[in-house]
Amino acid sequence: MSITISNISKSYKEVNALNNISFEVKKGELFGLIGPDGAGKTTLFRILTTLLIADEGEATVAGFDVVNDYKSIRNHVGYMPGRFSLYQDLTVEENLNFFATIFGTTIEENYDLIKDIYVQIEPFKNRRAGKLSGGMKQKLALSCALIHKPKVLFLDEPTTGVDPVSRKEFWEMLKRLQQKGITILVSTPYMDEAALCDRIALIQDGKILEIDTPEEIVKHYPKTLYNVRANKMYELIENLKGYEHQYSVYPFGEFVHYSDTRADFDPEALKQYLEAKKLTDIIIEITEPTIEDTFMELAK
Amino acid sequence: MKRFIGFVKKEFYHIFRDRRSLFILFGMPIAQIMLFGFAITNEINNVDIAVLDHSKDATTQEIINKISASKYFSLKEIIEREVDIESVFKKGKVKAVLVFEKDFSKKFIKENHATVQIITDATDPNTANTISNFTSSILKKYQQELNKDVQIAYQIVPQTRMNYNPELKSVFMFVPGVMTIILMLVSAMMTSISITREKELGTMEILLVSPLKPFQVIVGKVIPYIFLSVINAIVIVLLSIFIFKMPIQGSLFLLGAESVLFIVNALSLGILISTISKTQQTAMMVSLMGLMLPVILLSGFIFPITSMPLPLQLISNIIPAKWFIIILKGIMLKGVGLAYLWKETLILLAMTLFFIGVSIKKYKIRLE
Amino acid sequence: MKKENVIQAKNLTKKFGDFTAVDAITFEVGQGEIFGFLGANGAGKTTAMKMLIGISIPTSGAAEVANFDVFTQAEEIKKNIGYMSQKFALYDDLTVKENITFYGGIYGLSRERIKEKRCQLVEELGLQEVVDELVSSLPLGWKQKLAFSVALLHEPKIIFLDEPTGGVDPITRRQFWEMIYKTANDGTTVFVTTHYMDEAEYCDRVSIMVNGKIEALDTPKKLKEQFEAETMNDVFLKLARSPSPALPKGKGEINSNLNEYELKKSSPLGR
Repeated sequence: MSITISNISKSYKEVNALNNISFEVKKGELFGLIGPDGAGKTTLFRILTTLLIADEGEATVAGFDVVNDYKSIRNHVGYMPGRFSLYQDLTVEENLNFFATIFGTTIEENYDLIKDIYVQIEPFKNRRAGKLSGGMKQKLALSCALIHKPKVLFLDEPTTGVDPVSRKEFWEMLKRLQQKGITILVSTPYMDEAALCDRIALIQDGKILEIDTPEEIVKHYPKTLYNVRANKMYELIENLKGYEHQYSVYPFGEFVHYSDTRADFDPEALKQYLEAKKLTDIIIEITEPTIEDTFMELAK
Repeated sequence: MKRFIGFVKKEFYHIFRDRRSLFILFGMPIAQIMLFGFAITNEINNVDIAVLDHSKDATTQEIINKISASKYFSLKEIIEREVDIESVFKKGKVKAVLVFEKDFSKKFIKENHATVQIITDATDPNTANTISNFTSSILKKYQQELNKDVQIAYQIVPQTRMNYNPELKSVFMFVPGVMTIILMLVSAMMTSISITREKELGTMEILLVSPLKPFQVIVGKVIPYIFLSVINAIVIVLLSIFIFKMPIQGSLFLLGAESVLFIVNALSLGILISTISKTQQTAMMVSLMGLMLPVILLSGFIFPITSMPLPLQLISNIIPAKWFIIILKGIMLKGVGLAYLWKETLILLAMTLFFIGVSIKKYKIRLE
Repeated sequence: MKKENVIQAKNLTKKFGDFTAVDAITFEVGQGEIFGFLGANGAGKTTAMKMLIGISIPTSGAAEVANFDVFTQAEEIKKNIGYMSQKFALYDDLTVKENITFYGGIYGLSRERIKEKRCQLVEELGLQEVVDELVSSLPLGWKQKLAFSVALLHEPKIIFLDEPTGGVDPITRRQFWEMIYKTANDGTTVFVTTHYMDEAEYCDRVSIMVNGKIEALDTPKKLKEQFEAETMNDVFLKLARSPSPALPKGKGEINSNLNEYELKKSSPLGR
């Protein structure tokens, strides 16, 4: 096991940030911690990176205890905090050099690990980090977190505020790093990124809702889910919510995700109900639940 | 060690990249010294005065000539009536009015006693005081000249001598003060800001999750500013020697060593401030209010400590700047050595050790 | 397609020196429409929006917002629009009540009107219990809903939302979109700028900006068909990757110009 967490709890004043959290991350796994802002993701990351001490419970990272062996952990993990945390007034190369030096290594020594990522920003190596675009900053931050060849990599919301193209590239990079045997714990508020992880933990309000592979998690959705569409979105939602057999009604892009309480639900009946409410262009079709649907179901 | 050097290198990058701060760092000492040296001064030069001469005889004329011939005064106006005294002051034309009584010469020669009234504009008490002192001394001198031939028995003539700063040049008084302020500002404020900046940027998190030890971070932060502060101290001393012709009486080596001690003291204060502030703004406010004001007001730089109320006098003892100013004045103006300054040095040293101890203890290896 | 256009932009352009941040964009937004204004960071979204809300004067082109001209009637525009951004919306150190009163005040609502609006708003959002609590103590989702309602306090014709639902939990997010649908249904135009493509899926129509130009503009459905993509995210990826003159290697160069202002914060003696 690369990371073990057992019964971790942590509160700040009145807020219960983490509530009895337990899970394990296997060696070489790409593990996603999925949850909205304020769910406790960052607190958990800080506990695992030895920046905070939990009120209760124990945790180990790469075999070291997060409280007693914090010095060893600090030598063996790479950490990319939520905000862009590099020196904006230093150039790309100076930043990388600095982090290499404080971890007692050199860029050359571990170049093969960061090569894929670093070549993309190398043309700008003499530019100050503060003047890079969002995507490039993120690549630089990842390079810096990797420069000492960590056993475990902690990425706290690495894709927040990054455009879709950079996000995609970033996940591709993570997949490649994983193949090099690095354990990766990544957190994100975006449910669509969850599918890219080996296993995920859904977290909300300091509690773990579910831990499994993305494929398994969506199978846990208890109902048949329908895409419903009509000419007027607002009235559609209102009317679906007013429908006596509705189990859940959530707008979902151009559709509304609808599920029914009855096992023998007939979409045609719903269509008639909606038509009676003067809605037109009605489409009702079965759809696959997503992680987001499961999340909402679990968080209900 | 390599880690540490890498860290210090990074600190220097920060400093040299931030052009504006750098400019202020090095521009400020020069500007302040110039300001205190030329503009803000206790000396009087060519002060405008007026004369109301009720007797208009040879003696008064001679005295008036003597006074206006000196480089301190220039005669601006001769007035005729008492009521005009008020109006020349109100117009702000002159800073002082000399009033000679009627039959001055006659009284002076016959009765050996005549009176000159010196009226000064005391809205600026320092200047007023100086003017009246200077006038009195010119009058006294004149009197002595007249009496040279006549032997009067048993006359006590006080002969004052201004030691250590015979020309009463105020810049000599300001140099130690300015040096103290600058060193305090550069060292304490800049270090506290540079540490809190890492907190604000979030880079402190990464530093904490690295094998760097707390003292490496602290010492690494401090070293560049020791370097900068020493340069500043040298610049100030050079300026005062070459531009204001201020003689440094004592040992330059001792001066250097004491300065380094004070710099380290200020730096440890800076670190202490950074451990209690979360943002650069707080750090700056705390440095300004908590350090700069006491340094300016309570260190004896501007207001003499002996004339403060007792509670403030007691408080001034815990201000490192007070001791440093005493030391500086001792070395620069009096030329005394460690034999005379050991007490102050010891106090400064003890304070420094205390601050370093507290800040290392307070530095967190984790986030709060 | 819709009743009346509340935003009309024609060849709207903004240049900063040699750099063209917004390059002759032309589009219309109808009354009651939910319009998604998409683009990567630095694509020119924010600059374009600043022109539309009357805080930045265009270099050339023309635009009318709520029937007021962006060049000459910026003050009128400001009175007729609402604005909510994820970064700044409410004062954390004021209570819910104080925030509402403050915003009502700056839009010149009378005291009675503010009170009336406040009661209505508090009731709709179910905030009765926390009216006198500091906003900082509210959960993020509540804050956002409150911020949205506050931005609607003066009944603007158009409301501009800047990345309104990033980071919010999925349920609150749905509730937020339901509020948006309701607002649009009541006839207020909703203009959403975002670079989160899943937010785009909810809009009636979306425009995608790449390097200062609008490269695509249609309903999400049609865009997905046109680009043969599953999601808006894929549409965006295809658009950004397409060998159009828009987005090749120099991307970082252009983005950097807009990111420069971030640097200034770290200069302590600067101010």
